[in-house]
Amino acid sequence: MKEKYQEFFLELGVEEIPAWMIPGALRDLRQHLEKGLTENNLAPDGSLELQTFATSRRLVAFCPRIAAKQPTVKEAVQGPPKKISFDAAGNPTVAAIQFAAKNGTTPDKLKVVTTPKGEYLSVKVTRRGRPAIEILSELIPQAVKGIYFPRTMHWDSDAEGKTGTQFIRPIRNLVAMCGGRVIPCSIGNVKSGKTTFGHRNLSKSGGKPVLAVKTFADYRQALAANGVLLDPSERRARILDEAVRLLQSENGLKLKPSPELLETHTYLTEHPTPLLGSFDPSYLSLPEEVLITVMRGHQKYFAVEDAAGKLAPRFIAVMESDGDATGVIRHGHERVLRARFNDAQFFWKADGKTALQHRLESLHDVTFQAKLGSYFEKSSRMQALADALVSGLRHSQFVVDPQMQSDIVQAARMAKCDLTTDLVKEFTELQGIIGGLSARRENLSESIATAIYDHYLPQSMEDELPRTLGGNILSLADRMDTLVGCFGVGLAPTGSKDPFGLRRAAQGVIRILAEKQLPLTIDGLVGAGCEVYRYAQRMGEAESWQDAAARQPLIDFFEDRLRYYLREVRGFAYDEVEAVIQAGGSETRFKTLEVADMVKRVEAVALIRTTEDFEPLAASFKRMKNIIEQARKSHGFTGGRPQPELFNMAEESSLHARYEEVFQIVEREKSSGQYTAALQVIASLRPAVDLFFDKILVMDPNPEIRTNRLCLLDMLLNGFSTIADFSEIVPRESKPSGAA
Amino acid sequence: MISGKYIVESTFQIERKNKHLPANKKTSSSRTLQSLILDLSSYWAARGCILQQPFDMEVGAGTSSPETFLRALGPDPYRVAYVQPSRRPDDGRYGENPNRLYKHMQMQVILKPPPADIQDLYLQSLETLGIRLRDHDLKFEEDNWENPTLGAWGLGWQVMLDGLEITQFTYFQQCGGIDLNPISVELTYGIERIAAFLQDVDSVYSLRWNETTSYGQVRWREELQFSVYQFEMADVEMLWAQFNLYEKEARRLLTAFAEIKDDDVARGRFPVLPTYELVLKCSHLFNLLDSRGALSVTERAGIIGRVRQLACGVAAAYMQQPKIEIPQQRAHSGN
Repeated sequence: MKEKYQEFFLELGVEEIPAWMIPGALRDLRQHLEKGLTENNLAPDGSLELQTFATSRRLVAFCPRIAAKQPTVKEAVQGPPKKISFDAAGNPTVAAIQFAAKNGTTPDKLKVVTTPKGEYLSVKVTRRGRPAIEILSELIPQAVKGIYFPRTMHWDSDAEGKTGTQFIRPIRNLVAMCGGRVIPCSIGNVKSGKTTFGHRNLSKSGGKPVLAVKTFADYRQALAANGVLLDPSERRARILDEAVRLLQSENGLKLKPSPELLETHTYLTEHPTPLLGSFDPSYLSLPEEVLITVMRGHQKYFAVEDAAGKLAPRFIAVMESDGDATGVIRHGHERVLRARFNDAQFFWKADGKTALQHRLESLHDVTFQAKLGSYFEKSSRMQALADALVSGLRHSQFVVDPQMQSDIVQAARMAKCDLTTDLVKEFTELQGIIGGLSARRENLSESIATAIYDHYLPQSMEDELPRTLGGNILSLADRMDTLVGCFGVGLAPTGSKDPFGLRRAAQGVIRILAEKQLPLTIDGLVGAGCEVYRYAQRMGEAESWQDAAARQPLIDFFEDRLRYYLREVRGFAYDEVEAVIQAGGSETRFKTLEVADMVKRVEAVALIRTTEDFEPLAASFKRMKNIIEQARKSHGFTGGRPQPELFNMAEESSLHARYEEVFQIVEREKSSGQYTAALQVIASLRPAVDLFFDKILVMDPNPEIRTNRLCLLDMLLNGFSTIADFSEIVPRESKPSGAA
Repeated sequence: MISGKYIVESTFQIERKNKHLPANKKTSSSRTLQSLILDLSSYWAARGCILQQPFDMEVGAGTSSPETFLRALGPDPYRVAYVQPSRRPDDGRYGENPNRLYKHMQMQVILKPPPADIQDLYLQSLETLGIRLRDHDLKFEEDNWENPTLGAWGLGWQVMLDGLEITQFTYFQQCGGIDLNPISVELTYGIERIAAFLQDVDSVYSLRWNETTSYGQVRWREELQFSVYQFEMADVEMLWAQFNLYEKEARRLLTAFAEIKDDDVARGRFPVLPTYELVLKCSHLFNLLDSRGALSVTERAGIIGRVRQLACGVAAAYMQQPKIEIPQQRAHSGN
């Protein structure tokens, strides 16, 4: 009995794969298998219901239905040209005979077909589909070896004594079944078979590959009976549910959520079981941040909080087992945590003996970047930069009182001092936080402490921003120093390589400017950064830094990041973003990237573009721009102001009059930041513009009149392109009012 | 094997003693530090490992011993186990920290090439120590190992037992900058940690070394005095002078080796092994200079590079050296 469809599954048994790499490995495996099965016509009706699973020790793929055999296809195969296939007597030549033989037929069966290139021999052949099992035996090793891992290893030698296959960790077992039969294949020295292995501790066979399976249902049954929870979502749910159940024993206790930690445990295990442990409440005298980092970072424990949201002297560990009947596991985890907390307590006390400001000198010994010097030098630059940024803010009528300014500068000076504490050496992720906590312990002002505490934020696109102005200024100063410095010594990111995280740093700058609405420009920030480096060079530091490598390249880099931010993060349309970035008109090539202002302008453009007059007007602007560019090229038009006495048509006079009126209002609205209102007024120009183009030929034969009309259009363009360059707007065709 | 009888006796003693313990005491809690070493040694000896003695020079880890660093190079299979006292001057805490030591013990096991069931073999070694894995939480967590001064790296795990890191499990990939073939597996057991786990004590100094003597009695003064010496008193100029001397001598030898051409006898008897010991001297002196706070950042990076260069030079020479046949009567015992 031959089934038309068969199930297929694959289990790659690997020594413990690093947990964080597993989801990516599964994606790759799925992609390679889907591609291979589809390309080989084994997907029923073109669709595959491929499922993947994984534990710490196995990668699994399962397809409930693939074709048992490739379909048989008939196709015409083209051969050599007719003229070389037959001799003068009409007998087949060697070319024809070989072609026939290759296709399993005789020359008399060959036909001649006419193609656009001429006449050729042709033969109809039937290609028998190969069985799925045969194709899979080739596909599986390819799919497995095609999985990407950041770093791979050798573990084995092949017969010639050369090191064999490479993978993330040694592959030890391979189950590959199709329609109940083993798919014969091998990866390195491991041959496929039908026996899987259970959980190391929870199966009777001690995790040895002795469990024979035939179908995927057998396979799941065998794993379930031998302590393996194959489905990651089942393990994830088990960890959460059991943790909640454990916490019910005490009133109001809650898990401090940590999605990353949950993912880690999901893939670090085959049978996770949470365990509730406690620690001596006296440790709660340590800062919560330190306790949580010790639990999470070092021990992979979930922290627990009480009903009031305060840290409770409890933790949740996740065991790779089914329980802790004797309490010996809990005892072990508590013992380790106690030792860790003792260490942290020792460090916290010892660190307290040296005040932050007395740590400045020792920053000489901590390298920031080989070409940019130590963290001492960086701190000096951050201090200068923070001062410049605050002055920049004040220059834009942003109120910063003198005390605040002095706090910010002082905080910038000391922001990196915690790098010399034992706690930060031990727990790098606490940088900044320890500085902030130490500042508080030393009774420095709260605004200094918070600024230092927050200045590494934001770490990602989703991360929170610093809470205070001081924190934001420090964060900006830190990032700008890194960006200007790295660009200046030739360390700008290339392609996918960005070892210093400069894209993320620039993204952080943009987010702070945009979301905290700080009236600072990118060019201003870059300029201030460059000034600080030039000054440092006069002091004999950062000798290889070059202004030319930093200034303009960095502005361009920011412009790119800004596009990304406005489009991908804020969701504005491509042309809206371009219109705002290109604003400034044709006369000036100098663009001021004031991020907060640009966000307001792009919001206004997005709002106004849905109104009736806007897109038609934008189309007219585009037209004006083209006319002027053309005139620059062919008539040497150089601009100038229009002279009203040279107008000889009513439409141009009235457009000019409308310009004067509208310009006044627009300038007033703009200066109070009312961009939507300003754009509405500009849009009201539409009837006058339309009339102008209806009645008037700009390129008048009289050069004086022509130039005057061009001047009018140029003035219009420049006068009204300061919020957005409308000529960048691409009218949406579906719009009913679309006059473009 | 002479020591075999002794192991059997000591194991017997422990088990006999257990019979008099209250039922709630774990069996393993009466295991002394030395019985732990003996049990691991006999376990791996029974699996074909040579039992080496600790290398008689200062090293930071068992990996630095030529029994690992040099034996991992080249094609010859090898299995060895040894305890290596490992000196990390920077970790010295004057005997005040219950978990950090200037000198700790590593049980180092090298299997070249690694058998396919190496993980199981390792886990059985834990069972031998009385750790019933069914009752515990054991995980292999990613931990990639790298030693920049030796030009060596490998991939593997830290083995976590109830939250405690008890072993480094590494598949060596490179040594002295040379790709290894075949691969060696390195198991590094933290002896003090495992003992503290088995005896359920919080301070390393209260470990029972044997039935009558504590770890503190054996080692505390050493921890104190070496901390004082290396943090406060070591003469920096003297350390630099020594470093430069040893480095110069190692360099001289490597250059001399490179200059011998087409003379297999001269190359075969060349002192490559002593050259490696000179490199280890440099490595330890670097550690002392570092803990003495005598190195600036740039100096530090520079010295790591210099030591690595020497280590890679030795590894290359070791690979190039023609292996002189060991005379018959020396290669075989008896007869």
